[in-house]
Amino acid sequence: MKILVPVKRVVDYNVKIRAKADGSGVDLNNVKMSMNPFDEIAVEEALKLKEAGKAEEVIVVSIGPDKAQETLRTGLAMGADRAILVQAEGTIEPLDVAKILKGVVEAEGPDLVILGKQAIDDDANQTGQMLAALLGWGQGTFAFKVEMADGTVDVTREVDGGLQTVKLNLPAIITTDLRLNQPRYASLPNIMKAKKKPLDVKTPGDFGVEVKNRLTVLETTEPAARKAGIKVTSVAELVDKLKNEAGAI
Amino acid sequence: MATLLLAEHDNEKLNDATLRAANAAIQLGAEVHVLVAGQGCAAAGEAAAKIAGIAKVIVADDAAFANQLAEPIADLIVSMADGYDAFVAPATSNGKNTMPRVAALLDVMQLSDVTEVISADTFVRPIYAGNAFQKVQTSDVKKVLTVRTTTFEAVALDGSASVEAHGASVGNSVSSFVGAEIAGGDRVDLASAKIVISGGRALGSKDKFNELLEPLADKLGAALGASRAAVDAGFAPNDWQVGQTGKVVAPDLYIAIGISGAIQHLAGMKDSTIIVAINTDEDAPIFSIADYGLVADLFEAVPELTASI
Ligand SMILES: Cc1cc2nc3c(=O)[nH]c(=O)nc-3n(C[C@H](O)[C@H](O)[C@H](O)COP(=O)(O)OP(=O)(O)OC[C@H]3O[C@@H](n4cnc5c(N)ncnc54)[C@H](O)[C@@H]3O)c2cc1C
Repeated sequence: MKILVPVKRVVDYNVKIRAKADGSGVDLNNVKMSMNPFDEIAVEEALKLKEAGKAEEVIVVSIGPDKAQETLRTGLAMGADRAILVQAEGTIEPLDVAKILKGVVEAEGPDLVILGKQAIDDDANQTGQMLAALLGWGQGTFAFKVEMADGTVDVTREVDGGLQTVKLNLPAIITTDLRLNQPRYASLPNIMKAKKKPLDVKTPGDFGVEVKNRLTVLETTEPAARKAGIKVTSVAELVDKLKNEAGAI
Repeated sequence: MATLLLAEHDNEKLNDATLRAANAAIQLGAEVHVLVAGQGCAAAGEAAAKIAGIAKVIVADDAAFANQLAEPIADLIVSMADGYDAFVAPATSNGKNTMPRVAALLDVMQLSDVTEVISADTFVRPIYAGNAFQKVQTSDVKKVLTVRTTTFEAVALDGSASVEAHGASVGNSVSSFVGAEIAGGDRVDLASAKIVISGGRALGSKDKFNELLEPLADKLGAALGASRAAVDAGFAPNDWQVGQTGKVVAPDLYIAIGISGAIQHLAGMKDSTIIVAINTDEDAPIFSIADYGLVADLFEAVPELTASI
């Protein structure tokens, strides 16, 4: 069985981004970029399934600029077998990403696609569900635990109020939540090895997709900053402020 | 045309998130119909009929909808799509699971986590953990949105819309429900609580987390929340996580105890009316957004706080 893992190059989660003063977008000059953290969890889960003998091949795919090759190399260094870059500049909305991924799925024939539940840049939380819809597959979103069986997979999901387990017929889509696993770091020898692993470069057109954005961003702004508060020196002062100044208790 | 709002319910009652999403749905300007899909959900349908400002409730009562699986619910919504030009759900785990599936089947983009309705095609939504907001206009004829419920007031329950049954059934050959572990208990619901007490890594253990925070929460009638670090360490259940990738809350009072204030955590609570932070590190980032900061050891300060209110 093959597992396909889509990975996205995003601003590193430690970077605090700023909106440009003219409202035209977010300032991404010279900021550190990394693999989306949820996608690292997806790569890890695929590798664990391979190591457990449940899958033969793990393919990482990224849709993005040439630089997304770095992200794919990170996936290869973690242990993925090969990579596909679908080269596309600028914003590619989740619906188009899902359409391109559908083309990749049809070309590669994986039984499982594991994606991050959301990318930490657009916070959209859509691509996995959209891909499942376009393929007519079952979806196990926000995965907390994944258990493979013969022809099916049980996915325990993080939901409001607790956990829910669904059984999906293969092929299926899984999206990862934070507690599914702890992604490994790539070792130096594996980073060197990853440089020699195959990386194919394609275009959206190769999968019959013409990128066409539906959304126009009219303005990007920062939220109003909270006014600075005060430090209280004791619990008694805190209680007094909450009761008599804020009326909060 | 009309707007279809997907209700969230337990077959008996609607949740608060639905009443808040109804507000956003009404703001789109068209007639709003509420879809109550479930099994044995007639009572929830009656409850939905009371949502002020809506025109009609549609009850789809079928075994396929018993566990709110995304595949059959999305198919149901798509089967009704001709009559609607907008589809709205709260951005809860159900809404997030189902609505992108609807959007893809309708060949449209979803607008996730909408915080403001500007017009029927223009919305505001957060990006980068709420460190920026985008005003976006969609060119899609049909709109699919999930709504960040903390930014919309719940609508009143004094309406009397008509209720109609939806007969058609849908199949599901790709997924099935195995089981659920949903925490019961009478603790106040995190998403709609007026006061939230959240604990971080500094609590050190599940026992300490409960021993220190529960009595305080009980006294204040508060919900309990947690940082990711506290949840990962097993001090608190998964769905107590507040933040970019957990729950977004905006209570009247948020008390962060032993939480450093990483941007991912702030994303989930910085719209609270009053924020209190208790932390030993006077430079902890949480203090930069706290109205009242107390530099203190939580193991001393929290019992003292509990005793003095
Ligand atoms: C993709 C991604 C998504 C994430 N999503 C979320 C999310 O949704 N929510 C979230 O919370 N985090 C999230 N995180 C994690 C986030 O970056 C932080 O790691 C996390 O919030 C830290 O939790 P904490 O504040 O409890 O722990 P720490 O950062 O370790 O802070 C502990 C604090 O306790 C203080 N302290 C220690 N001892 C005491 C004492 N005795 N009394 C008082 N104070 C004390 C310390 O000074 C410190 O400030 C995410 C991270 C990633 C990468």
